[in-house]
Amino acid sequence: MTLNDAQNRVIAELPDGADGIAMYEHLAALGRQAGPADDRLRTEAHALPGCQSQVWIRAAVSADKLRFEADSDSLIIRGILVLLLRVLNGHSPADVAQAELYFLDRAGLSRSLSPSRANGLATIVRHLQHLAGALAEQDSARDRSPPA
Amino acid sequence: VDVRAVRADFPILQTTISGKPLVYLDNAATTHKPRAVLDRVHAFYAGSNSNVHRGVHQLSEAATETYEAARETVRRFIGARSAREITFNHGTTDAVNILADCLELEQVGPGDEIIVTEMEHHSNLVPWQLVCQRRGARLVVLRFADDGMLRLDLLENLLTERTRLVAVSHVSNVLGRINPVKEVVARAHARNVPVFVDAAQSVPHLALDVQDLDCDFLAFSGHKMYAGTGIGVLYGKEAWLERLPPRRYGGGMVESVDLEASRFGDLPFRFEAGTPNVAGAVSLAAAVDYLAALGMADVRAHEQTVMHYAMERLAALSGISMYGRGPDKCGAISFNLEGVDAYDVALVLDKLGIAIRSGTHCAAPVMQHYGVAHCLRASFALYNTTEEIDALIDGLQRARAVLS
Repeated sequence: MTLNDAQNRVIAELPDGADGIAMYEHLAALGRQAGPADDRLRTEAHALPGCQSQVWIRAAVSADKLRFEADSDSLIIRGILVLLLRVLNGHSPADVAQAELYFLDRAGLSRSLSPSRANGLATIVRHLQHLAGALAEQDSARDRSPPA
Repeated sequence: VDVRAVRADFPILQTTISGKPLVYLDNAATTHKPRAVLDRVHAFYAGSNSNVHRGVHQLSEAATETYEAARETVRRFIGARSAREITFNHGTTDAVNILADCLELEQVGPGDEIIVTEMEHHSNLVPWQLVCQRRGARLVVLRFADDGMLRLDLLENLLTERTRLVAVSHVSNVLGRINPVKEVVARAHARNVPVFVDAAQSVPHLALDVQDLDCDFLAFSGHKMYAGTGIGVLYGKEAWLERLPPRRYGGGMVESVDLEASRFGDLPFRFEAGTPNVAGAVSLAAAVDYLAALGMADVRAHEQTVMHYAMERLAALSGISMYGRGPDKCGAISFNLEGVDAYDVALVLDKLGIAIRSGTHCAAPVMQHYGVAHCLRASFALYNTTEEIDALIDGLQRARAVLS
């Protein structure tokens, strides 16, 4: 499944944004199912500064496939993180860094959040893509470096 | 207070949010503005707008008169001895920063101490931290008890011969309890220590008399008491203001200038460099007139009815932690609901048309005191009703159902 296929699937799955509370119910349920991450993720080193609720994110690559782990104290934000990870995980760091994440707007997610929350969401997305970009760069630097 | 009539005075209260009537419980952040305030600001710009203290033309004189009349209105409202003691600025944060700048060189040296309390809003904490850092002085913290009461019993031991100032809020924006400011002043004065009172959260709710409190400095914001944003007051006893050097310079605050040196003007103008917020002062005077017409005693009585009802209904919720429980409540109630994140709750409430605040409320040390990352805060104004408290309680229960 391509990254955009994954986005389209998430859009189809979400309740249409008419009633904000239905959206929150859905996101909270996703967040609850995911459960809190273990304490190795929830540390200062992985904390995303500047968000209204605490958010922790870390990224790892293996065989050119990116894998994020993420968590938040807020069930609603954790639910959004579940969706973001569903879309982004398993793709190459370069693809993730360059992805245009249209599903957030199209599914009414950004709209149903308060402006400060929507800002927070933008911060999270920027951070995810920044981490992906950094990992993609490491990769290409490794490719360019002469064999030891 | 006839709350129905009062509500009709505030156009924004007719707003609907997500199709539901607005229940506005974020008044500690800012209050709404009655038509009387909006009309006066409009009339000022439409009819007598001009710069003040500058021109001899009629509009300038009219604007100057209006501006100085606003100062007199504020003087009367807080019981200051003289209008020379009332300086206008942008708001409480601005006022604290101005005062900190003015006191820094005059009052604070290496090894000196400034006392603040654990419950201060960041704006009455950070400026003093910075003064202490720059001057090699020490910031001393007066703690509060878990019920939100200031530990007045600890003050005596904190006051030393190195203490240069006590900075204390009249009412905390989180805990919402009325601090015994008069006693703080009496104890500090017994050691010749001046006291600054952050009254941002008390002036909208309580009849206040600076001569009775006997504080040396006091500040508050217009926008938290039904006036526009960007206008605030720093009161200072005349003897203190005479002594303090101004730290902002420019037009309006000088008596004479040549290329070598300048002489500063008289009080209170020397603390108001540049064109002041004249329309803001007009709105503040209009807000004071509005409150004075209702009577602060009646305002307080109505708000206490709503506050008591809210405390009672909230306390009955299962799994609630309330921060600052006890008598002498004023303005704000802060709390958390077990098992649900404060931000999530505020988000769900917003969809129900209920505006309350979640976060650290610019008082991180208060969160640290209770060991929580953040909390919810419902805060009241004179237009709130017990029906709105019912809506809040229903909303909290709905939020809990959505989130667990």
